[in-house]
Amino acid sequence: MADKDIDQVTGTDTTGHEWDGIKELNNPLPRWWLWTFYGTVAWGLVYTVAFPAWPLVNSATAGLLGYSTRAEVAEQIAAVDAQNAQVAGRLATADLATLAPDDPAHRYGVAGGASVFASHCSQCHGSGAAGAKGYPNLLDDDWLWGGDLEAIEYTVRHGIRNEVDADARWSEMPAFGEILEDAEIAATVEYVLQLSGQDHDAGLAGQGAVLFEEQCSACHGEAGEGIRDLGAPRLSDAIWLYGGDRETLTQTITYSRFGVMPPWGARLDEDEIKAVTLYLHQLGGGE
Amino acid sequence: MWDYVKLILLGLVAVLAAIGADWGHDLAYKVHAALIMVIAAAMFIWQVRQLDTAPSTADTSGYMDGVIRAGVIATGFWGVVGFLVGVVIAFQLAFPALNFDWGQPFTNFGRLRPLHTSAVIFAFGGNALIMSSFYIVQRTCGARLWGGNLAWFVFWGYQLFIVLAATGYVLGATQSKEYAEPEWYVDIWLTIVWVAFLAVYLGTIFRRQEKHIYVANWFLLSFIITVAMLHIVNNLSIPVSLLGSKSVQVFSGVQDAMTQWWYGHNAVGFFLTAGFLGMMYYFVPKQAERPVYSYKLSIIHFWALIFLYIWAGPHHLHYTALPDWASTLGMVFSIILWMPSWGGMINGLMTLQGAWDKLRTDPIIRMMVISLAFYGMSTFEGPMMSIRAVNSLSHYTDWTIGHVHSGALGWNGMITFGALYFLTPRLWGRAQMYSMKAIDWHFWLATIGIVLYAASMWVTGIMEGLMWREVDAQGFLVNSFADTVSAKFPMYVVRGLGGVLYLAGGVIMVWNMWMTIRGGKPVAVTTPTPQAA
Repeated sequence: MADKDIDQVTGTDTTGHEWDGIKELNNPLPRWWLWTFYGTVAWGLVYTVAFPAWPLVNSATAGLLGYSTRAEVAEQIAAVDAQNAQVAGRLATADLATLAPDDPAHRYGVAGGASVFASHCSQCHGSGAAGAKGYPNLLDDDWLWGGDLEAIEYTVRHGIRNEVDADARWSEMPAFGEILEDAEIAATVEYVLQLSGQDHDAGLAGQGAVLFEEQCSACHGEAGEGIRDLGAPRLSDAIWLYGGDRETLTQTITYSRFGVMPPWGARLDEDEIKAVTLYLHQLGGGE
Repeated sequence: MWDYVKLILLGLVAVLAAIGADWGHDLAYKVHAALIMVIAAAMFIWQVRQLDTAPSTADTSGYMDGVIRAGVIATGFWGVVGFLVGVVIAFQLAFPALNFDWGQPFTNFGRLRPLHTSAVIFAFGGNALIMSSFYIVQRTCGARLWGGNLAWFVFWGYQLFIVLAATGYVLGATQSKEYAEPEWYVDIWLTIVWVAFLAVYLGTIFRRQEKHIYVANWFLLSFIITVAMLHIVNNLSIPVSLLGSKSVQVFSGVQDAMTQWWYGHNAVGFFLTAGFLGMMYYFVPKQAERPVYSYKLSIIHFWALIFLYIWAGPHHLHYTALPDWASTLGMVFSIILWMPSWGGMINGLMTLQGAWDKLRTDPIIRMMVISLAFYGMSTFEGPMMSIRAVNSLSHYTDWTIGHVHSGALGWNGMITFGALYFLTPRLWGRAQMYSMKAIDWHFWLATIGIVLYAASMWVTGIMEGLMWREVDAQGFLVNSFADTVSAKFPMYVVRGLGGVLYLAGGVIMVWNMWMTIRGGKPVAVTTPTPQAA
């Protein structure tokens, strides 16, 4: 460079290069930028000495503070467990039927049960426990398998129609499409509509009553009142698991339904099972 | 002779593709094979018809701008496509019915989401990078692109890659690696195209007239080389069958996760940062007509940036199976990366020294400045979010989505719009864009859109992070996951509206480009005469 090329606007000299009209000023690094950069580097060095950081041949430096993410989580869990140990232990071994509502273990159970429900049950039964099509509403007093504390606990522990737990609640409705003619199914549907107090064809319902007696009453009861030991729903009310309109009933009778619930006995602690049982029982329909 | 080799190759490809289309194991593979068969057959016929004609005597003395004109159009086109898919999936999250039962599985969010990310990053961003690097390398080296029609192969090969990737997602072919979803044969094709890209680029650099290589070219070259390395390593996989799209990753478990996020983070670092800084280093000084602020800063921040970025990937895997030491290093390197990232912003903004008044009159400069502002903001936010304690709140939440979009819409989008507004009139021989008023509209629509997007995602992200970790006095979780989803609904609508504004800006830009191009015609530009040394 023979002469310095000075930028007229700023009075700064340039590097003397030019590409397609672009020049470069010869400004120094901004001080604050450089010192902040040095600062982060210095902080980084200190931090990597304090925390696990540098890989070695077979391991890595552990850091002076002895920090570990897994240990941190384990500590937090242990602290909560220790805080709740007494009341959780009492709940785990308690006889729920005689546990008074003002007992600290009862209160702990209902609060904890709400959390267990939110984490594990709400995906199917809804965060407010109002259920959805195929997933029962747990707020009402219409129970498929029983709504007292013992029955609820059993259902939570073993689940329904799963092949994981040998003690799961089990029953299976046949697909009547393979047993009855379409006309017979249509007649049965009319009778079920009559049972539940809906608009129906009286003539067809008369034929359906005979078919119901033969094919359905063994599980759903003579008057469609349902049988809990078999998990067979009551048909004589307005509450439906899959729907009570003509089309859905035809679908249900023709192809059957097979609702599955997983067993939670293996995944939840004893006090958590007790807790969610208490929570469900006090939602409104507990017996 | 060469013509007959080409004919034999094209015929062979067409026949093999026909076999693949018939024997393929899955829908995506069959459709892709059929597509390649059609393309190869069409090229075969075209080649046969060219046999008798005399070789063209096109002028190859000046700059090779045809491929850049095609790239400018492709960038605008894919931009609008990508933004549109983004708006669709944003509203799918707010209103799940928009997944459309009748369109399953093709219209599912799970298939459209990679379509959106690939369309904006690789189709819009990739075309912007390829065309602007072809433009910049020619202008700053004073030389025509090396390799003759190889640049056209890069352009069309890259478009084929985009189409194969996009149709593959919708038809169900994915290797389930974020931002690296395309399956093995698409990856191999991209590798070939990318090596050709590198060859054209390096070949042109070797022809340069100025001894020193301009800073924009350092960034663009580091982008091309590093992306090749990232792409190859992260896509190491073994096809289940040569007649199917499915492949199995070579790495497994946490090694696979680490490789993926080494790739994923550096896709941000070298594709969306280094590559776009290369664009910035050319278009900002050109548009401002001012020298670059500091040569020293550019050299220091360049080397610091590319050295540090490559180590920052583990911050995507805090609190996972990844060992603590790797997680710490990822976090520390991310924080040290803060100033090197800001070096680009300082150099870009300070280049306006002596030209700040243009902000009032020139909407293109305004676009570039807001782009640098968003770059600075998201390169501060990123290191902050990499801190383990912050990440324990922000990870898996919408905050991450907001962060990505303030970078992508703000930095990458705005600088690309600025480049398109710079290039379109020059390439088609017009004094300026058809409507400067429309650029103003685009600027404000896009800026307000980004603000709505980022702000709503901060709100939902921090809210859901706090809801997930909320426990009562006895240590029980308070909220179910569905509670957080329903709480986010209003902000999802706001985010969707932000997207609509941004898309509207993009549509205005494409209209403006169309009107500019329609009234102009391609110009031939000669390379400067070599100066005596």
